[in-house]
Amino acid sequence: MLILTCPMCGVTAEETEFHGGGEAHLKRFGPGSSEDEFEGYLFMRENPKGVHFERWRHANGCGKWFHAARCTTTLEVFGTYAAQTYEPPAEIKAVISDKRPGWRWREHS
Amino acid sequence: MKRYSAFAVAREAARFHTGWERAWRNPAPKSRYDVIIIGAGGHGLATAYYLGKNFGIKNVAIIEKGWLGGGNTGRNTTIIRSNYLQDPSAALYEKSRSLFETMSQDLNYNVMFSPRGVIMLAQTQHEVRGYQRTAHANALQGVKTEFINPQRVKELVPIINLDGPRYPVLGGLWQARGGSARHDAVAWGYARACSDMGMDVIQQCEVTAVRRDGGKVVGVSTTKGDIDCDKLGIVVAGNSGHVAGMAGFRLPIESVALQALVSEPIKPCMDVVVMANTVHGYMSQSDKGEMVIGGGTDGYNNYTQRGSFHHIEETVRALVETFPMVSRLKMLRQWGGIVDITGDRSPILSKTPVENVFINCGWGTGGFKATPGSGWAMAELMAKGHGPLTDAFGMERFREGRFIDESVAAGVAH
Ligand SMILES: Cc1cc2nc3c(=O)[nH]c(=O)nc-3n(C[C@H](O)[C@H](O)[C@H](O)COP(=O)(O)OP(=O)(O)OC[C@H]3O[C@@H](n4cnc5c(N)ncnc54)[C@H](O)[C@@H]3O)c2cc1C
Ligand SMILES: [Zn+2]
Repeated sequence: MLILTCPMCGVTAEETEFHGGGEAHLKRFGPGSSEDEFEGYLFMRENPKGVHFERWRHANGCGKWFHAARCTTTLEVFGTYAAQTYEPPAEIKAVISDKRPGWRWREHS
Repeated sequence: MKRYSAFAVAREAARFHTGWERAWRNPAPKSRYDVIIIGAGGHGLATAYYLGKNFGIKNVAIIEKGWLGGGNTGRNTTIIRSNYLQDPSAALYEKSRSLFETMSQDLNYNVMFSPRGVIMLAQTQHEVRGYQRTAHANALQGVKTEFINPQRVKELVPIINLDGPRYPVLGGLWQARGGSARHDAVAWGYARACSDMGMDVIQQCEVTAVRRDGGKVVGVSTTKGDIDCDKLGIVVAGNSGHVAGMAGFRLPIESVALQALVSEPIKPCMDVVVMANTVHGYMSQSDKGEMVIGGGTDGYNNYTQRGSFHHIEETVRALVETFPMVSRLKMLRQWGGIVDITGDRSPILSKTPVENVFINCGWGTGGFKATPGSGWAMAELMAKGHGPLTDAFGMERFREGRFIDESVAAGVAH
């Protein structure tokens, strides 16, 4: 069972209190964008074997959305952070680089 | 290859079973093949089998990082049905179901296909309308199904509780020739037949890179060295995104854990397969007497082949409502597999941005039933570049907005 800490209200709880919302930091493309960009935004996912940035909602708590960095092969949570950002904050990246040497932010986009 | 038969059993009994040969060879990889298939699950093996059988392409290697059939093929709850809503799905899944009817004879291997019938329970008005619609669609597609009333459900499944506390049973979609089969046997039967055609099933060999030259595949790198090929088929289920990454393209797929569990063996009590999609519970009884139970997927990306315990709890809770006798059963084992989910809950059988690389994935929670049909269709795609069963399932359908939407039809799709 995953244990997450909501960065909005500070509560640490089991995953049953949260609801997963899929990959985080997707760049939105709308009218006027190319077909490649639109397809990538709507459907293509990194789905990595390793470090994953994802959206969660504290559904049975404060109700706020936030982001988590997690490893999909060990289920280790590297940290959670507020959703109002285009990139993971430096301290989260530092934790990941420390634990997964050679890791790079965003190979695809 | 020596054929299996009643005579063979008698002959071997007479000589104390000293004459059985290995079912498949365990060769070292050659330096080059016409076709390499990554993934010796049911779909990869079936693809190789039909490449040989239907198209005479036999210089083929099937490369597996673990043991053959150790992925989702050996982890599923073996429900076989073809009562899908959309025409391309019905064509593919019904082709597959019909191949199961003769698979044991075809492979000379007992896959224990048991067309005992599958009921999908309708437990909300929405589901009643949905399944009636599916029954009509199936009639037009030539797939034999019917919508049955609660009394008929009770006749078919005496242990069911029709007026459950949350969701009473309002009817069901019944497919009399659906059922189940022995999952390992399907993989083993295809592996034996492939090996017999001279193909190499290479186990304990992980593909670590897809080697390309000017947008075209030239081979793969593996933990047993580099191997060249003309054509490459990627058939790796939950690992599809990872292997596609090696070939340099992305997929509209997320990998998540799906779990199942089995009870202690009990006397025969239910001789059909029952699926309750609203509450996420599926149950059938194995030949050993165990109740085989499947549930819903986890809500986050995962490659660990373990799921969250609360999903087991939800599944069991749903089943206790629908089958009160289950509350007295002890559960023996629980496990998980990593399933590859697409946005429209339909598979991808497709060419890829890399020339001569083909991909077969996205079967998600429901691809065991499709094993022979998927292999049949994928072999045609790889041999000819297109085919009537696969044309609608190309990965460009997402970009073009041509979904084969089975998510509304099934909710989940075992
Ligand atoms: C719990 C559970 C219940 C299910 N219930 C049903 C059901 O009732 N009915 C139904 O129809 N379907 C069901 N399914 C879905 C079904 O199991 C799958 O869709 C189907 O088995 C997929 O077969 P496959 O051959 O594509 O994949 P797999 O059997 O997973 O084979 C893929 C193979 O590729 C190998 N591989 C991966 N990466 C590499 C690499 N880099 N190099 C070499 N090899 C690699 C893996 O080791 C694996 O053996 C269920 C799945 C699960 C997990
Ligand atoms: Zn909170």
